[in-house]
Formats: sequence, structure tokens, C-alpha cells
Amino acid sequence: MAKSFSIRHQPGFTTIAAVCFVALYMPIIVLVVYAFNEAPSTSEWGGFSLKWFQSASQNAQVIDATLRSFQIAAIAATLATIAATMAALATTRTPPYPGLTFKYAMINQPLMVPEIVTGVALLIFFSRIKIFTGYSGLGYLIAAHTAFCIPFAYLPIRARLENMDLSLERAAADLYATPWQAFRRVTLPLLWPGILAGLMLAFVISLDDVVITEFVKSGGQDTLPTYMLGQIRRGITPEINAISTAFLLLSVVIVTLFFFVSRKRD
Amino acid sequence: MPEQPGKNAIEVRGVRKVFGSGEAAVAALDTVSVSIRENEFFTLLGPSGCGKTTLLRLIAGFDYPSAGEILLYGDDIALLPPFKRPVNTVFQSYALFPHMTVAQNIGFGLEMLRKPKAEVKARVAEMLKLVRMEHLASRRTSQISGGQQQRVALARALAPQPKVLLLDEPLSALDYKLRKEMQIELKRLQNQTGITFIFVTHDQEEALTMSDRIAVMSSGKILQVGSPWDIYDKPADRFVADFIGETNFLTASIAGVENGKARATLKSGATITASVADGFQPKAEATVVVRPEHAKLTKGKAELSGTVENIVYFGTDTHIHVRLDGSNDLFIVRQQNARSAGCGFEAGDKAGIAIGDDAAQVLRD
Ligand SMILES: Nc1ncnc2c1ncn2[C@@H]1O[C@H](COP(=O)(O)OP(=O)(O)OP(=O)(O)O)[C@@H](O)[C@H]1O
Ligand SMILES: [Mg+2]
Repeated sequence: MAKSFSIRHQPGFTTIAAVCFVALYMPIIVLVVYAFNEAPSTSEWGGFSLKWFQSASQNAQVIDATLRSFQIAAIAATLATIAATMAALATTRTPPYPGLTFKYAMINQPLMVPEIVTGVALLIFFSRIKIFTGYSGLGYLIAAHTAFCIPFAYLPIRARLENMDLSLERAAADLYATPWQAFRRVTLPLLWPGILAGLMLAFVISLDDVVITEFVKSGGQDTLPTYMLGQIRRGITPEINAISTAFLLLSVVIVTLFFFVSRKRD
Repeated sequence: MPEQPGKNAIEVRGVRKVFGSGEAAVAALDTVSVSIRENEFFTLLGPSGCGKTTLLRLIAGFDYPSAGEILLYGDDIALLPPFKRPVNTVFQSYALFPHMTVAQNIGFGLEMLRKPKAEVKARVAEMLKLVRMEHLASRRTSQISGGQQQRVALARALAPQPKVLLLDEPLSALDYKLRKEMQIELKRLQNQTGITFIFVTHDQEEALTMSDRIAVMSSGKILQVGSPWDIYDKPADRFVADFIGETNFLTASIAGVENGKARATLKSGATITASVADGFQPKAEATVVVRPEHAKLTKGKAELSGTVENIVYFGTDTHIHVRLDGSNDLFIVRQQNARSAGCGFEAGDKAGIAIGDDAAQVLRD
């Protein structure tokens, strides 16, 4: 080849890139803009106002759903991160053996099985348990969220562990640290950035979930996304835009934090 | 090998280590037995892949033998986990804890042994002094040079006063000058602490200059154990003779072995007295080795004769390559240089090669 190949200089590249960006960001920009609309419409501009943010923040249902979302996300992300950390240790701190790939697949199952399938399966499974035990609290949602958050927490933790020199843990064992002490004093401190990154990712994923939550939740257990879905069915007001905007801001903050934490070395 | 006096710190008895299974099985260690004495600087020397690291890892407890025993002062430790063995390791990559300071690294082992705080502090200070790192005690280990990291790794491994210190090519990451410095430093530390050192290297010069005794390894076996003099002057077999230093191989017929000496008749017809390697099985023909500096070039007749082919000047000495009469092999003689004097020979000269009574060694293979 005479000239080196550069994708940027292919005909149509700029156009395609521009179309993609517009398709990706235009709807979001429009949504955010109309969150500040004075008029009760999501298509006709009636001047700037913060009233939808105000009304959303005083809406008891919104507050209730938000708190529930955070509660579920916090507990599920924590449990998922603990499980993911153990799984990551178990899959990286042994010599490779037949069946290890299968275990990776098992851990990452929620990434592969369609959510709707998991949702239906959980609905049937949990309804049986509900009949047997009579319990109908948040436990079901927390359990479901924990399960599908595990691979998201697992991936950054495993990546971090794979980059960590095994000889450090060996050195600790050589210097009389029991396996637990070696973990507490050497592995864990060096693993923290990975664990935090996994925790944040799991938190965002849980916060955002609709499909599985919709199937698993009992009456009066709306999370913010399912509440929004319910509202949209009845017609959209800029209040939904306002909630979405706040939600977007929160996600951006968490993902940015995730980015910095997971980039941190040493 | 006759049993030597002195206590054994480590005894390796018939240890095998096989990696993999079935057809892919590799014997990284093939029935190795060796005794390492208390307070000695013992070196495992051998080419890459011969099993040095594997043996060290078995002694440290990072891996377990497929067969055999490893005794530490008489107790079998082969199956103890590393944190229960009073043996410490200096890793090739140093493996310093990056989230701790120099002082915290050094104190780690003592802390794990639950020594009182005051004792840990005092011992860390002592260790810092021993490796001359007092001024860097509160630095992160990522903020010090390679040579300094090496010292910290040493201090960290020495702080808990292990019964045996294992060092796996600890100097290989250092440049030439620092390496020479650290060799001296290591010897000093060993003398000062009186701890048994087991040192791994593939550098024969390093092994010869530092060790009390050396074990030469090849493909999972120990071929010879002995003092640097033994290993250099009395190599047991062809591999050892070839691996360490330069040497001349001759074929000779052997007559009458007595008291470790044999009468060897060279192809030239001359008969010399040669020492005989341990484990030599009497046979008609054997290989005899002569180090280049143990032979002498003469103008007149001697045990061997030939034609000078090449003269290579090295500053301190000169190597003279002689094509032997009859066999047509090349024989190298090394001569010490005197100031403003040539070696006395020129290419094309006929010369004799004198081999003294104590210059030759008969190999066992
Ligand atoms: N975990 C392992 N699995 C399979 N084979 C191994 C393993 N560790 C070592 N070996 C093999 O065992 C043999 C000895 O390896 P070892 O690391 O002990 O060599 P070494 O003498 O330390 O070499 P070097 O000087 O290169 O460090 C090699 O052939 C190596 O390939
Ligand atoms: Mg090695």
C-alpha cells in the first residue's frame, strides 16, 4: 500500500460520525433543554423555569421511588461487589485449570442471558417463594439486582488483580503472613481502586435497571425508572424531563468517578 | 561424596518435581539430593531452565515436591506452607510492597510474627543501618533506585532473622558496577549476620567469587557440589568443565587409578599424572581436561607438541592457540603477561606444551 490507511480520510467518514453524534446526543440535549421549559409541554418552548425540578422534588411518589432506588442499589452493589471480589480472587489466584473458562462464563451469565428471560424466570421463581413464605419485601429486588450486578463489579476487580504481581502475595506469605493477613495487608490495599470501580459500576447498573425490576417488584415497590415508565404511559410532562436530567447528572458524576478511580495506579 | 563435618541447615533428599502430567510431564527436578551447611554461602549455579528456581521455591514453600524430603535442621518442612517456615526469600523482582514505606516493608515480617512494637522498631532501625538506608526510611518503595530497592528487599528478608535466606538471581537486574558493589555487600551481610545463604545465579564468575560451596545443575540434576576450587580445578564431568571457565579436552587411555590419581597416556604418547573425578568408573579411554593457565608453552619437547596458530592479547594475559600434532585439535594456553615483553612465540612456531603433575583432571564421563 502506497499511503498508510487512515479511517479519518475515507470518504463519508465525517458525515457518518456527525450523524452518529447527532443521533446519540440530540435526543438527550432536547430532553435536558425541555426540563427547563416553563410551559407544560415537551415540544413547545415557553420560557426558562426551574419549576419542574421543584415539583419533582416535592412529589412524594418521586421521593419514595428515589429513596427505594438508592436503597436497593446501595445494598445490591455492596453485596455484588463482595461476591465479585471473592470470585475474582478465586479465578485469578489459582493456576489455570480445565473448567476455569466455564466458571468465567457462569459468573458473567447475566451479561449473556437476555434480561427479559431472567425477568420472567425470576417472576415465576419468586412468586412461588412468596406463596410459601408469605414474605413480599424488598428482598426479592435486592437479590435480583445483586445477581445481575455481579459481572459488572467482577470485571474491573479482575482486571486489577490480573495486573497485580503475584510475587507480592508470595512475599507476604514468605514473611509469615497467613493467607488472611496477606489478603488484608497486601492484596486488599492494592485492590481497592478496582473494588471501588466495581462498586460504582454496579451501583449505576442497579440504579438504571427497568426490565428485571418491572417483573420482580411487588405492588408499591416502584424504583425511579419503573415509576418514570409508569408516568410516561399516562402522558409526559416536563417533570419527567427534570427527573431524567437529575438522573443523568448523577450517572455522569458516578461514571466520571469510576473513570478516575480505575485509572489510578499503585 | 564423603560426609562433611558441621551441622546441615537444609537437607534435600531425593526430591523430584514434575510439572504437568501424562505426555506433557516435565521433570524440573530429577531426584536431587544436597546438604547445605549452617552459615554457609551456598550457590546453585546452572544454565537457564535447569531447575534452580524450582529448587528454591520448594525450599521456600511456594511449591511442593512430587517426591522426596526437605529437612530444615532435621525437620521435614516439605509440606509446610511458606508462612510457617523460618526461611525468607529475596525475590528477583524484589516484590516490595508498593503501598508501604521502606521502614514498613522491613518491619512487615516481624509484625506478622507479632513481635512487640518496640522490638520491631529497634530491629527495623538496625536493619536500615545494616543496609545503609537510614536516610530513606520513610520513602515509598516506588521512589527509590533499583540498587536501593535491592537493599530494602535484603533488609526485609533478613529482619525476621530467618534460619536460611534464599536469593533468586537478586543481582540480575542491576548494572555491572552496582552488581559488583552488591556482591561485596552480600558477602558482608552474610558474614555479619551468620545466616545461611542459598544463592541462585547463572553467572559462573559471580558463583566462584562469592560462594563457600557451589552446586552445578543441569537439566534438573545436580552434577557436582564443591568449593569454588573443587568446581574449577576438579570438574567432575564434561558439562561442569565446559560450563565453568575455559578448558581443553583431551582423550587419554587410563592405567592404574590409585588414591584419586591416575596415569593417563595422551595420544602424543606422553604419560601424565592426573587427578580423578569422584564417581569415575575405570575404563580404557577417558576425557582429560587441562585449564589453559595450568599448561605451559615451551620451546623444547614436552608432553604435547604443536604449531602456534593464533595469539590473542588480553591485557593481563595472552591466549595462545596451538594446533596439536597428530590429533589436529586446538589447545589453548594462557600466559601471564610481563611488562614490555612479548609472549615469546609467533604464529607458525613449533612449540611444546608442558602439563605438570597437578594440572590435569580425568572426567567421569
Ligand atoms: N509452573 C511450571 N509449569 C511447567 N513447567 C515449569 C514450571 N515452572 C518451571 N517449569 C519448567 O521447569 C524447568 C526448570 O525451571 P526453573 O524456573 O527452575 O529454571 P531456572 O534454572 O530457574 O532457569 P532461569 O535461570 O531461566 O531462571 C524449566 O524447563 C521450566 O520450563
Ligand atoms: Mg530462575
